[in-house]
This record gives sequence, C-alpha cells and structure tokens, in this order.
Amino acid sequence: MRIKGRVDVEPELCKGCGLCVAFCPRKVLALADEVNSKGYRIVAQVKPEECNGCTICAQMCPDIALTVWRSGRSKEAV
Amino acid sequence: MRQVTAKPKALTNAPFHYCPGCTHGIIHRLLAETLDEFGLTENAIGIASVGCSVFAYDYFNCDMQQAAHGRAPAVATGIKRVRPQNFVFTYQGDGDLGSIGIGETIHAANRGENITIIFVNNAVYGMTGGQMAPTTLLGQKSSTTPTGRSIGEHGYPLPVSELLQALPGAAYVARTTVTSPSQIRITKRALAQAFQAQIQGRGLGLVEILSTCPVNWHMDPVEALTFINEEMVAQFPLGVFKDFDEEVARDGK
Ligand SMILES: Cc1ncc(C[n+]2csc(CCOP(=O)(O)OP(=O)(O)O)c2C)c(N)n1
Ligand code: SF4
Repeated sequence: MRIKGRVDVEPELCKGCGLCVAFCPRKVLALADEVNSKGYRIVAQVKPEECNGCTICAQMCPDIALTVWRSGRSKEAV
Repeated sequence: MRQVTAKPKALTNAPFHYCPGCTHGIIHRLLAETLDEFGLTENAIGIASVGCSVFAYDYFNCDMQQAAHGRAPAVATGIKRVRPQNFVFTYQGDGDLGSIGIGETIHAANRGENITIIFVNNAVYGMTGGQMAPTTLLGQKSSTTPTGRSIGEHGYPLPVSELLQALPGAAYVARTTVTSPSQIRITKRALAQAFQAQIQGRGLGLVEILSTCPVNWHMDPVEALTFINEEMVAQFPLGVFKDFDEEVARDGK
C-alpha cells in the first residue's frame, strides 16, 4: 500500500531555480528543455509514478509555482 | 486526489519579481501563512522597506505602507500607536535594517514598541548590486570588497540579534534560516512567537532570517543554500536569543 502524489507546475511562475529538483527525495522532478515566456527553463515530472505527495518541493519553491496533490492509500504494493 | 498545498490567502496573485532561487519568496510565503493562521490577514498593516523586497506591498493581501530606507520601524511605531488594534509588521533587508536604519531599529526595540520585524539577512545589498552590508561575512567577496571583507578595513559583521536581545524592550529575538524543510518549520515557529509578542503586548518581536542572494553571491541557488549552512551559520549562529515566555516562566508572572 502506498500513497500517490502529483505535482502541478504553473509554467509562468517557474524560474527554473532547481531547488525542488535538488530537494525531491524521490527524484521525481527535473528541469525540462521547455522554456516559459520569460525564457526560464521550467521544471517537469520525469518520474511521476515515484511521487508520494510529500510536499517538500512546494515547501522549497520560492515562487509558489508548484501545487501538490495526494491520494489516499492506493491498492498498489510499494 | 486532494490538493495538499495552496497559495496563502495573505498573498495576492502578483508573481514575485525576485531572482531565480532567491529565498525572499519562501520567507514571503511563511509570513503570509502565519498571517492566515493567526486570522490577521484582514487586520494587518505591513511596512515594506527599501531593497529587493520594496514591492512587498504588491504581494501581501493586507494594508501596506512603504517607508524610506531604514525607516520602517519608525513608520511602524507611528502606525501601531495610532491604530493599536491593528497587527503591524515590517519586512526589511540587512542593508535597510542594519546599516542606514540601525538607529530606528535599536530605538524601536529599546522603546519596546509592539511591532513585529521580519529581518531578511542575505549579507549583501541585493537590490543595488551586491555591495558590502554590515552583515557581510569576514572574508566574503562582494562588489565593494572584491578581495573579501577584512576586520582591519571594514570591521566585524554586525550581530543584530545578539545586540537587540540585550534591550529590555525586545520581547522576542530569534535567528533562523530557510535552507531546508526542517529549517522552514523552525522559522514558522519563530514567526508565530514573534506574532505572539505583539498580540500579547510584550514588546518588540524580531526574526532574523538568513536568506540567499544567489545572483550577487555568484552561486547557483542550491550552492547558495550550502553557503548559508556552512559559512553564514558559522558567523551568525541560529537560535532563540530572547523569548518573553521564558521570562514569564522565570518571573512567575
Ligand atoms: C536613502 C537611501 N539611500 C540609499 C538607497 C539605495 N539603496 C537601495 S536598496 C539599498 C540596499 C538594499 O539592501 P538590503 O536592505 O540588504 O535588501 P536586499 O536588496 O538585499 O533584499 C540601498 C543602499 C536608497 N534607496 N535610499
Ligand atoms: S538581488 Fe539577491 S536579494 Fe534581490 S531578488 Fe535577486 S537574489 Fe534576491
């Protein structure tokens, strides 16, 4: 049984600072090649299946660009 | 799925203008969360200073005033005395509070003004291009100390929290940082206690928060957090320097 999570990125708020990438304990996030209208590379979920919704990325984000969602316990084995 | 993080109501929808990775944004969020949790968002009056956080008046969803460089504690004093029913806070950098405004800071604390000061110490003048601040570390390179700050030429870094805790009018003084989720939690607890100092009419509450300036430190945002943990904390130790609650316990009041 494990909890599943998801991170929504608001592309126009992300400045590609990389703090969320460095702090995510499950290496869910990475900077993408895509840039926003200000020219910042934006963060993306590269291993979305690993996210458990711990919220550490959102706590470290200086720009409130990330919104974290979490499911109840899912039926899948860890 | 349910949403487990959200922008605090005490912030407007204006995107922050801070440089990528600058922890001013984290500190804004923590302050806004604390305003919401205390139910003070409608009631609060904030004073923005001069520095990178000058536009704080665009970001906080409460009444805001902007003060001349260093004068935020004096402006806050006036507002709090005229409107004691309002919660009054300032948000100031180390150039603002520790250099041009050190007089206002010391006197507001010494008078025991019932105001709350959020003091963001990033060891440089961020807005104007990374010049030496009173809090620049010994040995630290800045645009005006290109070979590093030296005692002989520039004097010692100014320990604002250690100075203020000596004043009887200061009710709560703490130094924290935001370099990890656990440090962020400690900072939030300190903000809550600094709020309590004002709410309970105990005197001045100040939280000095060690913050990054990646651009002017010439570091990437992750390296800048490491710089705080390894270099800055060594010269500016973290901790609670004064807490009115401890005095209450000791004096039995
Ligand atoms: C009376 C006056 N003197 C000097 C300045 C120039 N000035 C603008 S911001 C600043 C320093 C800001 O540094 P700090 O308070 O540490 O805030 P930061 O930008 O690092 O967040 C200075 C000296 C000014 N605006 N007004
Ligand atoms: S200059 Fe420094 S303090 Fe100012 S926004 Fe940029 S990183 Fe932050």
